[in-house]
Amino acid sequence: MYDLVIIGAGITGTMLARKLSAFKLKAVLIDRENDIANEATMANSAIVHTGYDPEEGTLKGLLNVRGARQYEQICRDLHCGYKLTGAYVAACGEEEEKVQDELAERAEKRGIAYEWLSGDEARTHEPNLSKHVTRVLSFPETAVVYPWEVAIACAEVAVNNGTELRLNETVCAIDRTDSGWCVKTDKGEYETKIVINAAGVAADKIYGMVGDHPSFTMTPKKGEYFVIDNDVHYTDHIIYPVPTAKGKGVLAVPTVYGNTLLGPNSERVEDPDERGCTFAGLDYVRENLVKIMRNPPFNKTIRNFAGLRPSSSCSDFIIEEAPDAENFINVASIESPGLASAPAVADYVIEELLKDKLTWDKNPDARMDREAPVVMAKLSEEEKKAKIAENPLYGKIICRCEQISEGEIVDCIRRTCGARSVKGVKKRVRPGMGRCQGGFCEPRVLNILARELNCSPLDVVLDSPASRILEKENR
Amino acid sequence: MKHYDAVVIGGGSAGLSAAVTLKKQGIENIIVLEKDGETGGILQQCIHNGFGLQTFKEQLSGPAYAERFIDQAAEAGVEVLTDTMVTHIGADKTIEYVNSTEGYAKIQADAIILAVGCYERSRGAVEIPGERPTGIYTAGQAQRYLNIDGYLVGKKVFILGSGDIGLIMARRMTLEGAKVYGVAELMPYSNGLPRNIKQCLEDFGIPLYLSHTVTHIYGHDRLERIEVSAVDEKRKPVPGTEMYFDVDTLLLSVGLIPENHLADEIGVVMNPRTRGPVVDENYMTSVEGIFACGNGLHVHDLVDFVTMEAARAAEGAARWLKNGSSAGRVIRTEAGSNVSYIVPGLLHTDAMPGNVEFFFRVTRPLDAGEIIVRSGEKVLRTLKKKKLMPSEMERVLLTKQQLTGLEDNLTIEVKETE
Repeated sequence: MYDLVIIGAGITGTMLARKLSAFKLKAVLIDRENDIANEATMANSAIVHTGYDPEEGTLKGLLNVRGARQYEQICRDLHCGYKLTGAYVAACGEEEEKVQDELAERAEKRGIAYEWLSGDEARTHEPNLSKHVTRVLSFPETAVVYPWEVAIACAEVAVNNGTELRLNETVCAIDRTDSGWCVKTDKGEYETKIVINAAGVAADKIYGMVGDHPSFTMTPKKGEYFVIDNDVHYTDHIIYPVPTAKGKGVLAVPTVYGNTLLGPNSERVEDPDERGCTFAGLDYVRENLVKIMRNPPFNKTIRNFAGLRPSSSCSDFIIEEAPDAENFINVASIESPGLASAPAVADYVIEELLKDKLTWDKNPDARMDREAPVVMAKLSEEEKKAKIAENPLYGKIICRCEQISEGEIVDCIRRTCGARSVKGVKKRVRPGMGRCQGGFCEPRVLNILARELNCSPLDVVLDSPASRILEKENR
Repeated sequence: MKHYDAVVIGGGSAGLSAAVTLKKQGIENIIVLEKDGETGGILQQCIHNGFGLQTFKEQLSGPAYAERFIDQAAEAGVEVLTDTMVTHIGADKTIEYVNSTEGYAKIQADAIILAVGCYERSRGAVEIPGERPTGIYTAGQAQRYLNIDGYLVGKKVFILGSGDIGLIMARRMTLEGAKVYGVAELMPYSNGLPRNIKQCLEDFGIPLYLSHTVTHIYGHDRLERIEVSAVDEKRKPVPGTEMYFDVDTLLLSVGLIPENHLADEIGVVMNPRTRGPVVDENYMTSVEGIFACGNGLHVHDLVDFVTMEAARAAEGAARWLKNGSSAGRVIRTEAGSNVSYIVPGLLHTDAMPGNVEFFFRVTRPLDAGEIIVRSGEKVLRTLKKKKLMPSEMERVLLTKQQLTGLEDNLTIEVKETE
């Protein structure tokens, strides 16, 4: 009998799993994908917003501010990248400046640091800011992370503390039992007291398995992006236009590892499997970015990607016990600022919804941090020498673009919640993230995976179990 | 810190040729740093014939061509470090590298020859809408899987881009039992060598769709289907022209880009057209004592020219080591009409070491043209030529005498003729 079944191993589910793992609770984290953080958490703007944007009186407003303030410490504990870039909200003309005034007012009320810059002042810091920008509202505390890195690290902590992880399992039915619920997947059954529905774009489908009249439907919105080579230094700050009813608009985001993200658009999609880029979407990004930026480096694009925001018919986060299903808790509609809010969403679920349902004995063996991975690029010359002497694989560079060694790749496969696919390796230690997009290193990563997983190269997958890379042996 | 007269970065066709030439020039204290486990570079996976016609007057496979230079380097006693990745070079010509045996090391060079090669343009750089399943590879990647690792990547294949590696792979995969449905080329002409169009496509009945591109990818796990559309003069897809191919494999052969991360870091001046360094007649870059050659300088069509160019760069480096920098007037070379770029980009016309062979490419196919080399208004050389193709590198030689003392920039243009 489980205390909790958490459906969905994105940033919301993993952040909650990690916090719960501090206690003596029997929990299992289930995801239909072949890796942690494979959907919305993998494809978004990667920003820890400070929380000036959501409207007053919303869960988004409350949890964004609280969540963002935990990130730096969490990333330190988990040894995840965290870069305090600061953000500029750029207005062109009086109408947009009025929106800035509202944002500043909210920031003031919520204790979020901000400052005003004239267009010219801002351009001395950010020369690629458009000359049409008249005024900038600067938020020095806005940061960026690698969202999937944080989610994977959270899952690793939870699993090390005893949480079970089931990937590649699709929930097919959830039946009421005397003591709670029975969650049936395509691979097994889980008797549990409580179900947490953190299933992202599929949250309405999961809720539909228990509720007769689900109070919301998911209405995923696609966002498309350009990733720019890290040899282009485009901005230091995240640069936003002023937000509109449609969202935060098309941004320029410097990432933790020096690339620039340009995007997204925001397009409602009917089919949640429709997650590819479109000419129209990419054109939208191109046309809108130049409203606030100049010299857009689209010619240095190394990749385009699209992600689905788990938006719903409700404009706020939905974090509540389902009104018609006791002990079934929806943590749904966690669209932007879902990443920034995730730590506080977890706190809220525990404090407000689970407190009286479970017994909260501390798990004495639990560790909330994780062992630091070896990152060769961060070591001094002496440390590098010592590491390579200890394990020569740290001296064998596999990814030329990002200079990742075989040792680091092997580590990311062997550790808890380790990589099981080429994409899994890429998410954890970044070979394939660079300008050649795996052209050189993919065959080498594939061979390392085959060796470490003790399987044939034919069985190594790009991502899902059906995504084998090689067709057949040729000799 | 260990010291070398010259350090060659890259042990492929360019690096080996440069190293052998340095030795011939009497520069003994040299080393080649190669990131892969063996030297020979990308030639090792090019098991097809057709290499060496210019250099050896015979047709060799890639590995056989590489072998000749590997042997020459061994005979000349060239020191080579394999599995060694250069992580940084300094303008002071220090070089930092990493490998499994020494860990991190730093060495001092008097001269550096960059022979770093190029990489394949990826799907991201060409913007194909749709999903991201497995089954999409660069042509070189599929070639490596097949020829080095021994695995075929798929059975039903389409190829985007008519670059040479894509054409070679069309033939190779057909011979291995895969069905190649076609090759789409965005431009109205092919980017591959005419002989490859003939031998790899026409001889196997594989259609080449000029002015076409892939406009959508379908398939969640594995590639299932692609949409191919015709494009207009602005290279925009034309609605209503869509064709669909149910394939499990899409190979990309959409261009090669010189790999110049190391040179970029120290501010070596680049030619935005070639994406390689600007070099002078000695193949020296804008940083004194740093030379460049091969596909890291500009992408070549034939390995023979890489070999030749690398030898010239090594001669330039040897001269510089012995005599120091060239003084006096510097003029630029300028691409005139129908010419996309010229290598070398700078000339010391008061100190020409010898004749200079200029490499250039035309911007579009011309049935016939007149190559005109001018310095200001003064015509230095004209040359009539039939069938000029962007896929083929053009060459024109000017003598030391013709170049010495020139004051105005040197222009090469191609005038279309009847």
